[in-house]
Amino acid sequence: MALIETPTPHAAQPAETRTTKPTGRRKPRTWPNLVVLFLGALVFLFPFYYMVVGSLQAKPDTSLGGAFPTGGLTLHNYAEINSRVDLGSSLVNSGIFTGGVILGTVVFGVLAGYALARLHFRGRGVLFASMLLVQIVPFQLLIIPIYVMIVRTYGLADTYLGMILPFAINSTAVFVFRQFFLQLPEDLFSAARLDGAGEFRILWSVALPLVKPALLTAVLLTFIGPWNEFLWPFLVTKDASMQPLAVTLANYISNIAGRASNPFGAILAGAVVLAAPAVALFTVFQRHFTASDLGSGVKG
Amino acid sequence: MVPAMRTDVGTVTTPRRPSSRQRVTTLLGRHPLGILFAAPYAVFLAALFAYPLGLAVWISFHDYFFAAPGAVVARPFVGFANYVTVLSDPAVRRSFLNVGEFLVINVPLTVVLALVLATALNSVVHARSFLRTSYYVPYVTASVALVAVWLFLFSQDGMVNQLLGPLAPDPSWLVNSQLAMPVIALFVTWKQLGFFILLYLAALQGVSKELYEAASIDGAGKVRSFMSITVPGVRPVTTLAVILATITGANLFTEPYLLTNGGGPDGASTSPVFVMYQKGIEQGNPDVAAAIGVILVIVVLVISLIYRRLLERD
Repeated sequence: MALIETPTPHAAQPAETRTTKPTGRRKPRTWPNLVVLFLGALVFLFPFYYMVVGSLQAKPDTSLGGAFPTGGLTLHNYAEINSRVDLGSSLVNSGIFTGGVILGTVVFGVLAGYALARLHFRGRGVLFASMLLVQIVPFQLLIIPIYVMIVRTYGLADTYLGMILPFAINSTAVFVFRQFFLQLPEDLFSAARLDGAGEFRILWSVALPLVKPALLTAVLLTFIGPWNEFLWPFLVTKDASMQPLAVTLANYISNIAGRASNPFGAILAGAVVLAAPAVALFTVFQRHFTASDLGSGVKG
Repeated sequence: MVPAMRTDVGTVTTPRRPSSRQRVTTLLGRHPLGILFAAPYAVFLAALFAYPLGLAVWISFHDYFFAAPGAVVARPFVGFANYVTVLSDPAVRRSFLNVGEFLVINVPLTVVLALVLATALNSVVHARSFLRTSYYVPYVTASVALVAVWLFLFSQDGMVNQLLGPLAPDPSWLVNSQLAMPVIALFVTWKQLGFFILLYLAALQGVSKELYEAASIDGAGKVRSFMSITVPGVRPVTTLAVILATITGANLFTEPYLLTNGGGPDGASTSPVFVMYQKGIEQGNPDVAAAIGVILVIVVLVISLIYRRLLERD
């Protein structure tokens, strides 16, 4: 449980410093840090602000003043991109792709994480080692053979199954589940077993309720993969009606945008639609996405 | 009460076939059900990780081409022919050099900025979660969406050039063969930095507070404490961060594809994965593409081992 707590700022430290140095001269001044941090945050957030502003302007105004318009904002660009590409069905495709991966990860990942943490069975060591190995082999190496298998051998091009399969169980999430199940006290499990509960029952009624916060973290972690993924769905979908939003927008940027009246406006409108769900989710649940959650999970 | 107890104990000791039970245990482990629980994940790893990994290597040693599903075609073993083709191709060499340039900019910048910002973030009490969230928002947002804004910011008439006025580079950033790769490296640094800040924030919790106090009593300033306590204290995470940043760099695809319009100008910002896509899927030479992939992974592994040696010395 400790893992999901936001690391508490050293509450005790100022008091201690005061006792050792009564002058208080050594008490760390934090405002210079704050200034640097806020300037940094500005660099990180400005492009998002600019994305929204640019998407609402009828004509691109790239001067500094143009970033702070006083009026004339319009939703025209959203209508423009929606008339060129089907935003609605792209969003649905992104949703199905992401939902499928999350479902696969939660169902099979929890089972695997529980087995890896709590059950002794033949092959556990090999499975654990493979799980770690997956984290360091770049997915891109597998692009060609997986493309050969899924598109050429099994003919799954332009299907949701073909899109989902390579990501179906997120190994980082399996690792997170394992870590959380591992932290639960062994007594809990032996007591439940003594009471005659089967392993499935123990997982469902004892372990799972205790690791609910981990579930949320793992779902968030899993979400960013498929929602933002570009290369794989780009390779597997040629039919525009099957493409998730990242692919639709990328194709719009590289092929169609030149013909629009305000190409950047329409592109930015699409970018806002693509970015909004992820930004919203992570802002709402930011408490659940902290350093220690990621500390062990290798890649995002 | 007592008789009840006795029957209870009796039932526990009755199992009469310990031998068969034991056999199952030695064969499948103490919890055979674990095999069932782990089976879907094991099948997934076998089918979509182990098998493709082997297939990639196999393809790279054969004259492999796409054929209609079910068609039986000869794909003769060709030894290192694909590797020779790859290594003698200037476009491939260029793409590896480009990623080298990318890594030289991206990795040090990422590690230094992430550690400095994480240390600063760790010392403030107010607005922590706001700041933390601001830093990782680019990390959780799709590259495609962020590339759109950067295209706008760094275009010929974009805001960056407007602000620079006469200092704006000519040709502009993304169509300048000297600047295209550095802009991509900056973009990726900016996008990924939040993740590395989170990693360092976790590591900083493990650095003992007493060390800082002792140093401060001995008269060490902030910079001195940072260099002598923080930097060595988080060294294992630095190794991890450097390796992860390198893997991310080796995976570069979306940015050269979209930000510089297909690795432009004139191949100045191609990446190995982008060349894999061109050769393997656009031009239909999966064998050559697979060889690029194998070389890429070997290069990444070698670089990672060198990092470990260098960073974990002393």
